[in-house]
Order: sequence, then C-alpha cells, then structure tokens
Amino acid sequence: MSAVPVTRRQFLKVTTAAGGGLLIGFYLPRLEAATVNAKPWTAPPQGAEINAWLAIDADGNVTIRVPHTEMGQGALTSVAMMIAEELNVDWTRVRAVFADPQRHLLNDNEYKSMNTSGSAVVRRQHPHIMQAGASARERLKEAAARAWGVERSQVEAKLGTLKAGQRSGSFAEFATAASKITLPEEPAIKKPGDWWLLGKPLKRLDVEVKSNGSAVYAIDVQVPGMVYAAVKACPAPWGTLKNYDDKALKSRPGILLVTALKAVPGKTDNSDLQDCVAVVADSWWRAKTALEEVTIDWDYGPYANVSSSSQLTLARQRLGQAGTVVAEKSEGALYVGESRKVTAEYHRPWETHARMEPINATVSVTPERVDVWSPTQDQSTALELAADQAGRDIKDVYVHTVFLGGGFGGNGGGATAVTRQATELSKRLKRPVKVIWTREEDMAQDKQRPPNVTRLTAALRADGLPYAWTTRSLWYTQDGIARVGPATAHYAISNMPYQVPNRRHEAINAKSHVPVATHRAPGTNQNGFIVECFVDEVAIAGGWDPLEWRLAMTAGLADWQLVLRTLKDKSGFRTDVPKGQGMGVAIVEDHGSLCAACATVRVSPAGELKVEKVVIVIDSGHVINPHNAAEQLEGGVAWELSHAWMGGLEMKEGRFVNTNFDSYPLLRIHQMPQVEVHFALSGGTKWGGIGEPAGPPTPPAVANAIWYATGKRLRSTPFKNHDLSWG
Amino acid sequence: MSCPDQAFARRVSRNSILGRPQVVTALLSINDDTHAIDVAADTPLLWALRENLNLPGTKYGCGIAQCGACTVHLDGKPIRACVTPVSACIGKRITTIEGLGTPDKPHPVQLAWADIGVPQCGYCQSGQIMSAAALLAEHPNPTDEQIDVAMAGNLCRCGTYNRIRAAIHKAAAIMAKRPAPT
Repeated sequence: MSAVPVTRRQFLKVTTAAGGGLLIGFYLPRLEAATVNAKPWTAPPQGAEINAWLAIDADGNVTIRVPHTEMGQGALTSVAMMIAEELNVDWTRVRAVFADPQRHLLNDNEYKSMNTSGSAVVRRQHPHIMQAGASARERLKEAAARAWGVERSQVEAKLGTLKAGQRSGSFAEFATAASKITLPEEPAIKKPGDWWLLGKPLKRLDVEVKSNGSAVYAIDVQVPGMVYAAVKACPAPWGTLKNYDDKALKSRPGILLVTALKAVPGKTDNSDLQDCVAVVADSWWRAKTALEEVTIDWDYGPYANVSSSSQLTLARQRLGQAGTVVAEKSEGALYVGESRKVTAEYHRPWETHARMEPINATVSVTPERVDVWSPTQDQSTALELAADQAGRDIKDVYVHTVFLGGGFGGNGGGATAVTRQATELSKRLKRPVKVIWTREEDMAQDKQRPPNVTRLTAALRADGLPYAWTTRSLWYTQDGIARVGPATAHYAISNMPYQVPNRRHEAINAKSHVPVATHRAPGTNQNGFIVECFVDEVAIAGGWDPLEWRLAMTAGLADWQLVLRTLKDKSGFRTDVPKGQGMGVAIVEDHGSLCAACATVRVSPAGELKVEKVVIVIDSGHVINPHNAAEQLEGGVAWELSHAWMGGLEMKEGRFVNTNFDSYPLLRIHQMPQVEVHFALSGGTKWGGIGEPAGPPTPPAVANAIWYATGKRLRSTPFKNHDLSWG
Repeated sequence: MSCPDQAFARRVSRNSILGRPQVVTALLSINDDTHAIDVAADTPLLWALRENLNLPGTKYGCGIAQCGACTVHLDGKPIRACVTPVSACIGKRITTIEGLGTPDKPHPVQLAWADIGVPQCGYCQSGQIMSAAALLAEHPNPTDEQIDVAMAGNLCRCGTYNRIRAAIHKAAAIMAKRPAPT
C-alpha cells in the first residue's frame, strides 16, 4: 500500500470515547500553593531524592517533578510516564508535582528548559527527561549491586523491585544509597521497541481534580492579607496614558489605591508592561466596578487611524511589490508561453487566544522574599520578570506553578505584563495583590495572532499538474518585536512538499502596533488554509481529484504517501456527492508531524453550514499516550474550526471591536463535528508534536468540502462572513 | 438553612446611595450550609463564592453569561453566577461544584467525567459538570438534541465537546444502573 517498509509502520485506531487506563493516586500542593512560605518542591515529605527529577519515599512511592506547565496538553502525565518508563516503577506508585523554577535557575538550568511551548515536551525534551529516569534506575541498581556484592549488570529493576539471583529489595530500601552514587557513564535511554509503559492509552493524572473543582489555577490562589486589582491599558495597544480622573472614587469604601503604572520596555523582547491604570480594593468586584468609573484619557498616537480594512489595503499595495525571497527552486524559466495559470489571493484576520482563564497573577512582595503565582507557560521567565520589577535577586523570588486554564502559546514569556503589574502593586502596597484582567481586557491586550495576506499563482502543464508555483505573503508583526519569526511565519508555504519544478516564495513583513505571539500551531494555522485551499483550486483546474493530486505531487515522500493513503483508506473521500453535501481533504506538516484531515459537511440551500465529521490521520513518528494524543487532536480540530468558521478579530480606530464571547464567538457543542483519529506512525527517528498539528489541516478540509457542496470557493475566514446559499 | 430574607431586599434598597449598593450582611445557603457574608449587594454570586466563601471551583470566564464557566445550581436550576447578584440568591438553595459530590462520593457526572477523561485544561469543566448534572436531573436519559440545548451555553476552548457528550450518556447509564452505550 505504501513505500514505507512494514516494519516501520504501525497503525493504531483510537475511538473518541477511548477510556481505560489505570486509576492514579494523585497529589497536588493545593495548600502549598496558597501558603506564602511554601517551597513546593519540598512538600510533602518525598523521601530520598535520586536526582532533581524524582524522589522515592519509604513506602516506595515515587514523586516525579515536572518542570513543564500543565495547560491541558497533558505534560504532567507525559513527563511522569517517560520517567516511570525508564525507572521501571509501578505506575500506580507515581505522584506528579511541579518542579521548582528557582532551583532550576540557581542550578544552571537544572531541568534544561522550563518553557512549555511548541509541542515540545515529548517531541524535543524526551531524551533528557527519559535520561533522568534511566540514570535513577541504574543508580538504584548500582546501590543494590554494591550491597549484595554483585555486578550492576546482574541486577534487574522491575516495577519498583531490584533483583539479583535469590536476592531482592525494594527501590525504597536503596533510594538513599542511590542518591549518593555517581555513575562512571550515564545510561542510554530505551528504544521504542523496549517500552513497557509508553504507548499505552493511560488516563491523565489530573482528571479527578479537574472533575471536582479542586484543581488550583492561578486565579484561585488565596494568600493571607491579599487584596485585588483591576487594570486597564490603552484599548489601542501601546497607546499612552495622558491622564486620569478618579474623583468619582473619593471616599468610596474598600478602595486601597488608584494609580498609574508606566510602561516598562523590559529585558526580554516579550516583557511588555504598557501604560495602565490600576484600582486596588478589598474585593475584585469592587476594584473592577470602581475602575469603570475612572475617567481615563488615552493618546492612541499614530494608531488611531488603523483598522482591519486599512491594514488590508496597505497589504494589497505592498503585495504589488516584490518581497524578500524566502525559498526558491528553479529548473528553468519560471513561467513559459501561454500556459494555463491559476491565481488567487487569500487572507486571514487577527485572532485572539481567548483561553478560558483570563490573564491574572498574584504576587507577594515582602522584605524577605517575592512569591509569584501566574498562569505562565514559562515559570523561569516569570521569575526573572518579577525579580526585575521588584528589583530583587532571583534567589529571593519563588514562582509557584499552578494549573493553567489554557495557554495556547499566549501565556509564554512569563505571562509578562500581568506579572509586572502585580509585582509593582504589591511592592507599593506592601501586601499580596491579585490582578485579574476582565475578559474585555484579556481580549484587548492579548498578544494576538497576526493577519496574513497571500497571493498565489500556479502554471499548469498539459497533464494538468503545475510546473511553476509562486507565492507572496504579507504578515503583520509588532514594531520592533518580531515574535513570530520568519521561519514560523512561512511554515507550510515555504516548505511545501509538493514537487513543483519551479517555485518561489516571497515574504513581506509589515509593522503593526498590536503585540503578536505564537498561537497554537503558529504560522501553519494561517498558512495551512491558504496553501491547501489553493491546492484544491489548482487540482480541480487541472482536472485532478484533489486527493490523487496530493498523492501524485508527493510521490517518493514515504511519510506523506503513508498519511495520504491512510486518509484515503479511512475517510472514504469522494467527490461524486449530491449538491449540498461535500467532502474535502488537506494535509499540513506542523511541529514535525504530518497531519491530514478529511471533512464532511452539509450546507442547506439557505447556506447553513454543518460540519458533520473530521477524520484525522497523523504521523508523529511515535505516540507515548494514544488516549491523550486523541484528545489533543480532537482539541486541535475544534481550535482551528472555531477561528475559521466564526472567529476573526476586527480592528477599528486602532482597537479591536471584539471584546468578549458575544462579539468573538467560539465553537460550541452543537457545532462540534464527530472526530475520528488514526495514527499512521513511521517511527524511527521521527518525533513530532501532537498538541498543535490537527488544527492547520482542518479549515482547508472544511473549505474544500464547502466548495463541493456549494460551488463556492472561500478565500478568507471566517466562513460565517460568506454567503453559502445555493440553489 | 435560612428562610427567605425579605428584610434583606429592603435593606439593599435603603443602603443604595447614588445607585451604588452598600455593604450588607447576606445569609446564603450553599452546599447545605448557611453562611453569613458581608458584601456589596450588587456583587455577583460568583465573586462572593470565590472570595468570601473560599469556593474557587466556580470559575470566572466572561462576566456576561456567555461562557458558562460560572454555572452553579440555584434551587436545582443551572444559573450563571457571574450575572446573578447575591441579593437574588437569598433564601434559595445554592449548589456549587464543591457540593455536587465529594472525593469519597462523587456525583455520577463526575464519575463519568473522570472515566471518559473529559478535562484537558479543566478550567471550564466545573461549569460543564454543573450544566450536565442539571440536565440529567430533568432528563435522566437525554437525547443528543437535549444535550445540545442544555450544554450550548458552556464554552470549552480545549474542544472537549465530544467527550462531554459521551460522558453525559455515560452518567445517564450510571444513574440508571445500566451498561453505558458504546
């Protein structure tokens, strides 16, 4: 069926209702997270620390310290699984806790990285995470070998027990001795064929606490003596504060402070405290309603005339000129003679993260120490930001990791502005302060996903396949802050695999005042739609079936063939469907994984869209937890379908008109398609991401299906802005 | 359990100066306990639960009844606590996620949620579970259409909707003591 050798191929189907797995005892430092003097990494008593990553107590329970953030993607479980795999410990004896960022920084990045982004926890970090478990296992074996007078190679470690001949003992017995051993040579990590735990569909460790309300998020933290702050920055990002009038609040009970915070350029490119006004009160509701009564005079500066339409107009002017050549391949003249051409312009609007937990932070600055709770995807950066704002040494700063109510790339760089806001206010008031952004503030001040306008041209040979393919894209980035770098911005366009002999991709980077950031599957989330819809246009113009076109144009690329053939096999993709019904396909490479989607839609004559089903096929090389992977892939489908169908921010007069979920609607349960997930794993050295790749192929698959259903080609999102009626 | 406090409403109106409600003492029945709290009378129940009563399982998501993260039961019916003032809750029975079940004795919806593995980030799930429990109290064996209607007010940014649906069907089976549908 495909060019991939059978030995490197593994098919695995997980239904959307995959259950099973084991019941896990689970400890979370709820009390610790609410206590200022807590040291999260030392509580509760965890027994002998074998290395920074794990400790074993007298009963044989293993506490695994997870340096990465848990924001729904399953890192807490995945990291624990990788270490348990190497340690050879009974999974029911594993407890997971969050690792300590201060220890990480003071010990020269002891956990290598505490950043959580880029679908990287398994994909990139698995070698050193698994190595920590392997090292601990070998040191336990060495401790037993020394005690028993045998060679380490004679000792077997299995499910928490050490054995050599007739002698045996528990990990707990040898944990203290093992903690003092240095190995002459660190062991290699296991090969996938030797896994006993990884690859099993295990239930996540955080399911129970997230089903009974006891999981602690930053917004839930209660610190003794804490007060609450509401803040407002300029609705047009990076506008400046002229003045404010808080007369209305004079003699109002419960108001502790009304103040302006000045912009801080920051030490890192993402630490961006803007001018803002803050009200601190004895309750957040009081602070929020009081802030609404403060009259604030903003200077929108040069941004007052910027709108979505002015940005689109400017983009079209700029696209008339050549851009920077990012990728080029030429086997002769780019375009020859009178050949048939297909051209199109696509554009995608601004989108916002809108994670369900609004941005917030709680900070306590005292003469002795600084404590920080924030929904950050990067605890060590949050620590540095708080230290910088408080003017304190990092050894006095403690960041307490809590669950995140979503992150999606928007909570990177230490949750930035809010961490500085809370630190500054606590410093001034000399008491703990919790800052909560309203949903409106969160939507206005988020680091947004920037719009993209792309023009594409393809020239066809007599056989209908393209011999030339040129693209020119314009992306907006913030003045001087290119958070979405060139490589990311051009994913899926510049590295498109389709074997066209002549290709050129040009990029234009336009500046906008709006801060931008990564957004689940950055780059490909916009470009996947653009390229894969255009592919359908080119294929259909050339008389090709879109799926057969993709197979023909990736001939010889084994993993692309594997994924596309699996999609063909599992989806039943067909184009001969009655009017009003349609199927569409798309495939995008993202974060090292190849992911294809086939969408089935129904469109009523009046134009009402129903996305009935999305079949996802992914080659991520390996999968360590198919249960969690299927959840992530379903989530990726929902994420991008939401933006493409009903999303899109609109800017007017420098600010976004969308302020909350009434004006920025998200996908709801009745709009969620059935999702079927198939793994087509090529194995080997390929380690791709899982959290992000299912998003990018979903919108083009749906738009391509809509074309078959209605004859209407959608070249922009959201789909809701298009008239889909027919007949 | 307190009786309806008619005097409370009068006190609220008497204490409102220039449209700004002043601090009052409210008696609230929450999770079968009675609590007296001092709050501004216009304070939404959400913030009283989270800040005055140390019940942070009910979440803030939007503040305008668009996301459902703050869903609790008022006399058994699902309401959005972010737009329901404390003054509207006097004398009524409030149930939050913390009172729906306990770790030792979870509600069937919580059992189903954990068994199917619904939560990802988990932030919206208190509200989802409260909406689902209210649905099942009214319709012990809901159709997919009834699930759509009852759950359409609860947003989930992680996209756990299909598992929410499966878990509601499973909870219905648990409550009816019959095998779950496959």
